Amino acid sequence: MTYRIVHYTNQFFAGLGGEEKADLRPLVRPGAVGPALGLEQALGGEAVVVATVICGDNYMAENLTSATEEVLAMIREHTPDAVTAGPAFNAGRYGTACGAVLEKAAAVLKVPVVSGMYPENPGVELYGRNVVLVKTGDSARGMKDALAKMAEVTRKLLRKESLGPAKESGLLPRGIRRNVLHEKNGAERAVEMLLARLQQQTFATEYPMPTFRRISPAPPVGDLRRATIALVSSGGVVPKGNPDRIRVSSAESYGAYDISALTDLTPENYESIHGGYDRVWANVDPDVVIPLDVMRALEREGAYGKLHPVLYTTTGTGTSVAHAERFGREIGAALREAGVDAVILTST
Amino acid sequence: MTREIEAAANIPVVQIATIVPIMLTVGANRIVPGVAIPHPVGNPAAGPEEDQAVRRNLLLRAFTAMTTPVTEQTLF
Repeated sequence: MTYRIVHYTNQFFAGLGGEEKADLRPLVRPGAVGPALGLEQALGGEAVVVATVICGDNYMAENLTSATEEVLAMIREHTPDAVTAGPAFNAGRYGTACGAVLEKAAAVLKVPVVSGMYPENPGVELYGRNVVLVKTGDSARGMKDALAKMAEVTRKLLRKESLGPAKESGLLPRGIRRNVLHEKNGAERAVEMLLARLQQQTFATEYPMPTFRRISPAPPVGDLRRATIALVSSGGVVPKGNPDRIRVSSAESYGAYDISALTDLTPENYESIHGGYDRVWANVDPDVVIPLDVMRALEREGAYGKLHPVLYTTTGTGTSVAHAERFGREIGAALREAGVDAVILTST
Repeated sequence: MTREIEAAANIPVVQIATIVPIMLTVGANRIVPGVAIPHPVGNPAAGPEEDQAVRRNLLLRAFTAMTTPVTEQTLF
């Protein structure tokens, strides 16, 4: 028999438009659209993509629960044997959308679900336990490989074959631990790992810790009326002309700018260079991303002590976790040095 | 970035953004849900008065967040 697949994709990969179409509501197209074409080809006739469901990334992200239901209803109508989505690479909103749709489809329709993501995609942390995810590169340059791997995994699941350990089959681990007989007991393996580590040799843990660490919340501000507050943003709003040439995506730097003489962000003094959202509103009034105008008003009214004279800003799309953490450490150290009491950080 | 600033400076960092699950995932401790991805602290389509009012409201909530003791990730 030929298996039936329904594929989920976003407005961009469906060829319907970029950020200006990110509010697109869910719609369904017969057959394979966008990446589903390559997926179907890689499945080599064993399965067909009977329909593609398409939704804008912002619509999905801003209405996650209801939009997931809408998409699921469209998927269900086509009675799929498996549901696929993406691949989302390192696109955060898209990865979140793919994960939410597939997790729901797996729970409700009880069919195999497969997508592909870069390990740092937030969709992995959110949904990677319930969705089979092929490990992909961080951008669509890896599309061909990702689709071939997704097809292989989908085929195995449809045939009810075992996937094997994630590491060996190119998957992101779902946190499933199976009992296997090992010729060495745990104590021996642990000592071997310790010795390898002491000798600075590579070794693989059998129980990896989560990637995102948690920290205890800092103590609150005691007296707001005396507090200095700093503004920080990953919304890509920078002085007009982007003097430090901060990248529009996958940023590797941030800017620190003197805002002591500014009372309002305007299209004349600041602009958004962010490559991950529709910049129209931010460029009409950058205060909708970095709220300088109202912060100044509240400062005049005495609602808090004073605004820190330095604004820290970067672009938070496709930015690697390692870079983002470094920006945070450096900015945090500078703010501590300056005696700042609290931060308001806005993200898009 | 939010988490590392808070860790390095030991001061409260209030994050205002729209996708709450991502803020929870990356470890923000004080969270104020924003308006929309392209304009987290404003509602420009509703006109300048409403836009400013929305922004003021979000910032006052951020002030509440930074002056409130919390022991775990908290939405304000």
